[in-house]
Amino acid sequence: MNELKCEQCGHVNPYGTRLCQACGNPLDEKDKEAAVIDMRYEGVARRSQTYNKTFVDKIWNFFSSVKVGISIIVLTLIASALGTIFPQEMYIPKVVTAAQYYQEEYGVLGQIYYMLGFHNLYGSWWYLALVAALTTSIIIASIDRFFPLYKSLKHQRVKKNAAFMKRQRYVGKEEVDNEDAVLEKAKALLLKRRYRVREEEGNLLAEKGRFARWGPYVNHIGLVLFFTGAMLRFFPGMYIDDSVWVREGDTEVIPGTNGEYFIENEKFVMELYDEEDETFGKAIERAGGMVVQNFQTDAVLYKRKDDGTVGTDPELEKVKEDEIRVNHPLRFNNFRLYQSDYKLNELNTMTFSLRSRESGEDIGTMEIDLFDPESEYDLGDGYKVVVNSYFPNFEFNEDNEPSTKSSIPDNPAFIFQMITPEHPDEGEYSFVGIRRNEDVFGTNDYEMKFAGAEMKNVTGLTVRKDLTLPFIILGASIFMIGLIQGSYWSHRRIWLQRINGQVWVAAHTNKHWESLKKDLGVLSAETGLQAHENEALLLNKKGKN
Amino acid sequence: MGSINGSLLLVAFFMYLLATILFAVAVMGRKWRNKEGEVTGSRWGKIGFAAAIIGFLFSVGYFIARWIEAGHAPVSNMFEYTTFLGIALSFAFLILYAIYKTDVLGMFTMPVVMLIIAYASVFPTEVAPLIPALQSNWLKIHVTTTALGQGILSIGFAAGLIYLIRTLDFTKRSGKVFWLEFIMYSLISLVGFIVVRYLFKLLDYEAVFQYVDKEGQEGEMVYHLPALLGPHQGELLTSGAMEPLLNLPAWMRSDDANTVIWSLVMGLVLYFIIRLIGRKPIGGMLQPALKGINPDTIDEVSYRAIAIGFPVFTLGGLIFAMIWAQIAWTRFWGWDPKEVWALVTFLFYAAYLHLRLSRGWHGEPSAWLCVIGFAIIMFNLVFVNLVIAGLHSYA
Ligand code: HEM
Repeated sequence: MNELKCEQCGHVNPYGTRLCQACGNPLDEKDKEAAVIDMRYEGVARRSQTYNKTFVDKIWNFFSSVKVGISIIVLTLIASALGTIFPQEMYIPKVVTAAQYYQEEYGVLGQIYYMLGFHNLYGSWWYLALVAALTTSIIIASIDRFFPLYKSLKHQRVKKNAAFMKRQRYVGKEEVDNEDAVLEKAKALLLKRRYRVREEEGNLLAEKGRFARWGPYVNHIGLVLFFTGAMLRFFPGMYIDDSVWVREGDTEVIPGTNGEYFIENEKFVMELYDEEDETFGKAIERAGGMVVQNFQTDAVLYKRKDDGTVGTDPELEKVKEDEIRVNHPLRFNNFRLYQSDYKLNELNTMTFSLRSRESGEDIGTMEIDLFDPESEYDLGDGYKVVVNSYFPNFEFNEDNEPSTKSSIPDNPAFIFQMITPEHPDEGEYSFVGIRRNEDVFGTNDYEMKFAGAEMKNVTGLTVRKDLTLPFIILGASIFMIGLIQGSYWSHRRIWLQRINGQVWVAAHTNKHWESLKKDLGVLSAETGLQAHENEALLLNKKGKN
Repeated sequence: MGSINGSLLLVAFFMYLLATILFAVAVMGRKWRNKEGEVTGSRWGKIGFAAAIIGFLFSVGYFIARWIEAGHAPVSNMFEYTTFLGIALSFAFLILYAIYKTDVLGMFTMPVVMLIIAYASVFPTEVAPLIPALQSNWLKIHVTTTALGQGILSIGFAAGLIYLIRTLDFTKRSGKVFWLEFIMYSLISLVGFIVVRYLFKLLDYEAVFQYVDKEGQEGEMVYHLPALLGPHQGELLTSGAMEPLLNLPAWMRSDDANTVIWSLVMGLVLYFIIRLIGRKPIGGMLQPALKGINPDTIDEVSYRAIAIGFPVFTLGGLIFAMIWAQIAWTRFWGWDPKEVWALVTFLFYAAYLHLRLSRGWHGEPSAWLCVIGFAIIMFNLVFVNLVIAGLHSYA
């Protein structure tokens, strides 16, 4: 590839350079004829503008194009929005299958939505591919521009030639009597306005806010880190999303901790706002009465002391106590336990008494732990109750036989075998459930009488470990820093050059020209050196309007 | 509404009205010339700016008073949030005015601030208690920062709108003129909505319907506007109230749909009255007043607003939102519709910035993008909140 020698100053520029990196002279035919030169990236040679031969070049050029980048952003935007037309699968009720749900709720459109896989859009391969393409594009576009731009701005010379100056958006020429004095004054003024001013052969370059130019690159690095962090979730061990239900008074092992940590629920409470409350009373009434003020689990965290041999009861050591509330998870190591669900007044034990129908006399009572019923309860004197069958959540199944829906005692029912002195061998059978008490085989001498129940609250805790968080936090922070850096400052330059016995002024900024105009206004008021919007540019504009 | 905070907000409202008038005088009042014959519009503008500042201070007073009364930051229901958005918009205007001193921006944003505050007070205004998920400082930080970001981005819209009114050719019929008129019509519909709501509020209008919902359950629904659209199998219980023209199917929120129809119809009526009086597109009526404005400057104002608002919005609407979600909902991101639409907003403005900085989309295309961006923000605020109810729904 040919190197380009500047015909004005002799500087040798790499192939693809559009503005001489020493004096700013336009090297490209297009720029030579332009009223205003394209100052983007200082006219520096970028890889993507220079090579287009190999396959790698083509990929590189594709992803470094901002047009392509914007297209990917817009596609991601449209895809994201599509996912909100109907709820995502994770938000639909779990009782029916997804296929059924979308069809029943949303008809044909719902069916199409489901068939296209939009019910799980954000986890789909093509959505992830979009994010991957976005990340690739950001990386390549940034590398393509950052290094040449950085070099160019770092090595920029103060002295510029006339061709460069007169093709700036703001320019002016002034005959002045005492060039030295005027330039000296201009320098002092610009220094006061916090420009950094450099001098070369009596010419000046005043520059301010160059670091804002790096803002986009910093924010892009932040984005890349963020997306990388988000992808790390798919590595095993980085992310745990589990849950555990704990009844009051119980201790359960915390899933994901290899049986090392245990959590005890000492007490679970749900508190409501006072309906008589002076400030909130009216709003509570509008909400139809109950408004929850607090969900709270008084929890104790334990660590296993022994090596955890299977079958042995674990030996536990208390680590800490905490009140787990919504917005206040319990933290240990990399884990958090969140208050996320609850069940009030779950049946825990039921008490029955064995009663003689004839005399009405209670023979004895027995308390059944609904989570761990014994197989028989000996009441003494030849009286014994055998738990023949237990249905924690009773229903009649399809064959009309008694069965259970789950192992949670939401609707417990029993078939008891009552062994009494009168019926010592076979006993009598009794079927007892909530609001039902039947003889299985007709008339019994004895019956099982419900005598009471004990209820407990159950807390549902989400167990979460997320080792990607540090990446996410770092990425987001770097992104914000870069964003602020690039948005709240701008890079401004003013060139003051002695050309043909005149003083020429030219100015450039990458954004927010009004602020630069203010600086130019002050400059002209104080020194008489004026810069106006380039006349050629103004003519162009008039033509267009 | 609590007496103190309510009165403070009312005073603020009238200060914004005063500011609107003053800015309008500054922009249109070519008559006011000083002795040298120069137009002194900008003096009126300065007074308008002062009025806007005073209005802002009163609205801050409202915010503090209500905070004290409720015991938590007043950004937790639709009324409070929307009012705060109005305040944020007025603050954003103050920032941009301080940089560019453009009176015309005041003439356009001050009435929008008033509209938003009036719109807010249509929602129940009593102080509501916080459910556990909302009891978090991060939530307040998230909501206020987001509203501020949205307010600043909306200034970008106002400036974009001014640019379009200033530069479009209204003497010919064209797609652009149609869409600009459509924006004007949308804004007028909002006015229409507020007007009818207040009218029927003054009349204490109420119509109770018995209806059958999606699950086949019977229930009652209260309308505060005469029912053009009734609920599913609706039966009017209030005597003397208007019978609906049409009963909607069960899956639609018929009271909301009814309100929307009312606003659209009122908007149409108001729009045609204005067109009949002015005899040209509304944009064309406003255009002469904007003759003195430099399109390049107002174009830059809109870009500057977005450059300032984008980081604020990102911080509030995404980053603080993620921090809160991580603490309250166990994960920092859950693809809830409201979250997704914040992401859509973010991506949209990212595309805008790239188009502008790297592809030279200045002037008109840039202004249209500002309009679309604002539409996305409003969609998220109104539609996603009220219709696609997710975690964030206040309704
Ligand atoms: C969601 C993703 C992205 C975000 C949030 C983002 C953010 C930004 C921001 C805020 C700027 C500064 C704009 C301004 O100051 O007006 C910027 C500049 C830029 N972005 Fe992105 N960007 C994203 C994706 C991309 C992609 C995919 C490309 C690929 C082509 C890209 C290429 C660029 C370029 C070339 C610049 C200009 C740099 C310069 O002028 O030195 N960005 N970006």
